[in-house]
Amino acid sequence: MAMTAIPGLKRLWRGVHVPEFKDATNRLPIRRMPFPPMLIVPLSQHAGAPAVVIVREGQEVVRGEPIARAGGFVSVPMHSPATGRIERIGLAPTARGPLAPAIYVKPYAAASQEVLYGEPQDIENMTPEQIVKAVQETGVVGLGGAAFPTHVKLKVPEGKTIDTVVVNGCECEPYLTTDHRVMVEHPGEVLHGARIAMKAVGAARAVVGVEDNKMDAVEALRRANTDSSGISIEAVPAKYPQGAEKLLVKVLLGREIPSGGLPADVGLAVFNVATLAQIGDLLPRRQGLIERVVTISGPGVSRPGNYLMALGTPLGFALEQAGCSAAAASVILGGPMMGAAAASLDVPVTKGVTGIVVFTHQAANGNARIFPCIHCAECVNVCPLHLNPSRLGMLARKGRYEEMEATLHLNDCFECGCCSYVCPSHIPLVQYFRVAKQMNRERKART
Amino acid sequence: MTEFLIACGVMAAIGVILAAVLAYADKKLYVYEDPRIDEVEALLPKANCGACGCAGCRAFAEKVVKGEIAPGKCTVNSEEGIQAIAALMNVETGAEEKRVARLACAGGNHVARRRASYEGLLSCRAAALVSGGGKLCAWGCLGLGDCESVCTFGAIRMDEHGLPVVSEARCTACGDCVAVCPKELFTLHPVSHRLWVACRNLLEGDKAEADCEVACTGCGRCAADAPAGLIQIVEHLAVIDYSRNAVATPAPAERCPTGAIVWIDEKAGPLKGPDAKVITRKTPLPVEPAGLAMAGKDRS
Repeated sequence: MAMTAIPGLKRLWRGVHVPEFKDATNRLPIRRMPFPPMLIVPLSQHAGAPAVVIVREGQEVVRGEPIARAGGFVSVPMHSPATGRIERIGLAPTARGPLAPAIYVKPYAAASQEVLYGEPQDIENMTPEQIVKAVQETGVVGLGGAAFPTHVKLKVPEGKTIDTVVVNGCECEPYLTTDHRVMVEHPGEVLHGARIAMKAVGAARAVVGVEDNKMDAVEALRRANTDSSGISIEAVPAKYPQGAEKLLVKVLLGREIPSGGLPADVGLAVFNVATLAQIGDLLPRRQGLIERVVTISGPGVSRPGNYLMALGTPLGFALEQAGCSAAAASVILGGPMMGAAAASLDVPVTKGVTGIVVFTHQAANGNARIFPCIHCAECVNVCPLHLNPSRLGMLARKGRYEEMEATLHLNDCFECGCCSYVCPSHIPLVQYFRVAKQMNRERKART
Repeated sequence: MTEFLIACGVMAAIGVILAAVLAYADKKLYVYEDPRIDEVEALLPKANCGACGCAGCRAFAEKVVKGEIAPGKCTVNSEEGIQAIAALMNVETGAEEKRVARLACAGGNHVARRRASYEGLLSCRAAALVSGGGKLCAWGCLGLGDCESVCTFGAIRMDEHGLPVVSEARCTACGDCVAVCPKELFTLHPVSHRLWVACRNLLEGDKAEADCEVACTGCGRCAADAPAGLIQIVEHLAVIDYSRNAVATPAPAERCPTGAIVWIDEKAGPLKGPDAKVITRKTPLPVEPAGLAMAGKDRS
């Protein structure tokens, strides 16, 4: 703790400096996108149990009306993103690959984007349990990409106390500027959401961590942070992958989340700024999460920007609006470091999609030849979790997946991609690790 | 000279003491092991494949000697080997019907459409984690050959259309391919299960056929032609009830319009019915990034 008090030492020592490419969109205000001809709302847009349909085909729904209820505690309801008709309930393509059940909503031609559903509620006098329940009703999940239901994080595990709420405004992925724009344009909602989270977890203070390449966001938050409610805004030197909660917590507070542990183990709760902005906005009005800000950027897009789009908008429609160029070759959901390529443009935008990055053939470079490992240890130097990606990669090639987990802490890897990024032999290390983790999960499920 | 004698004496004494300890331990810690276990093990193929359900050939040999398992349960072993073990142990061979891995997909790259081209680690497992791979059919074989590389018996080879072909003669039903396939297309079946649905696509008729020319469209002709109860259409897919396999004939495959349902002949391999559409294309279908190309054209 003493060391982190020295100026300049509060930074991420490992990781990589990736070119940011944020200039294309970081000054563009958030714009609304029109409704597509058909909205596809998958029932499983979050980590946890899928939602359960509560509407039938042909039913008319109002923008913001619940159309599926939570399928358990670790689950959230879904709300209709537009006023229209339930066209059908059936399989739809997902970003993960397999077809999954979804609700098709056909918006009415004259449907406006005004949300009519919902009623104001008094959140000042709510107990923490009531806040948890109310947040679940809004359907808000972690909007930073992981899509973990937020109310689960607001419920303090038994035997744990939380003293600080950490608000994650790093957004270290290249191209993405959604959190940036939310902080600049809606600092009041972010801080309001932070106060609600502080109340729910019983924390006395909150720290907003923003990378120093977004000083306008820091300024906006500081200007809005007028009352003495224990929220401080801190700028940290920009470096990838600082937005990972384990690393941000270490940088901001000097606390280390144990391997396999949660922030609650060290008295913290971490939330993304966009998540808190949605809570601060939706909770007092008792509305559901029906839209989110998505950055559409990359060399394959002619009108990049930060678009507020209805959840369920198919990628194809979104790219048409943003002007997809003829040279476009690959579409990445999320940022280019951790995001996954989409194999179909019928995949809808879900709660966890932070950005859509379109590359052209020259930029994608997916078929680089793989050379043998030369043991240069570049990957070891950049791994933010002090793993040994080189050795893990060699074991993965041999299919020794159990050993990777047992002796080399495979499960601590959060797939930030730094090792693959610096590897001079172009070894797809993260792909190996993803396969290894899945094989281990399947083997455990079998036994 | 005395030092030399003392040294020799001490060494000899230590030798005698240690020899005594070893002799005692040999008697005290002796574990009786049936010598027949070694003999049986010598007659096994030593593939340690686990197809019998035991943890390796040694464990199988122990069970055989204890009489808990019949020698014939080792499907990898040759006929002579099984009979030699049975003669040695004086038990029935307990013939186990040979099982083989069967692939529930016929969508090679000349018939199954692709929605995207996958770039990256050339492994089905890795491809399946990137948006499910490039195939339009979400259930279909990705064709990157994880099963071929995992098969220790060389029973699987990828054909010219990127589809694994299982050699019935070489397959030992060890189940490695079953575990490695990310789309779970392999299942182990007794060789007598010859009527086979080579498709897993759950979409309805036209949509399934738009994914792949040899998809099961769920038209129901096979169910109508089969003895009652043998084939059912579940979620637009023909499903064979193998508990009634005894009444199965090649007849249900005859009117299949796409050739998704086949009769697997021991020699000739999968045989389609005469009504199945004839696939003459040999070259892979091009990737159809329907949406992306369209969106690009609109702007240019």
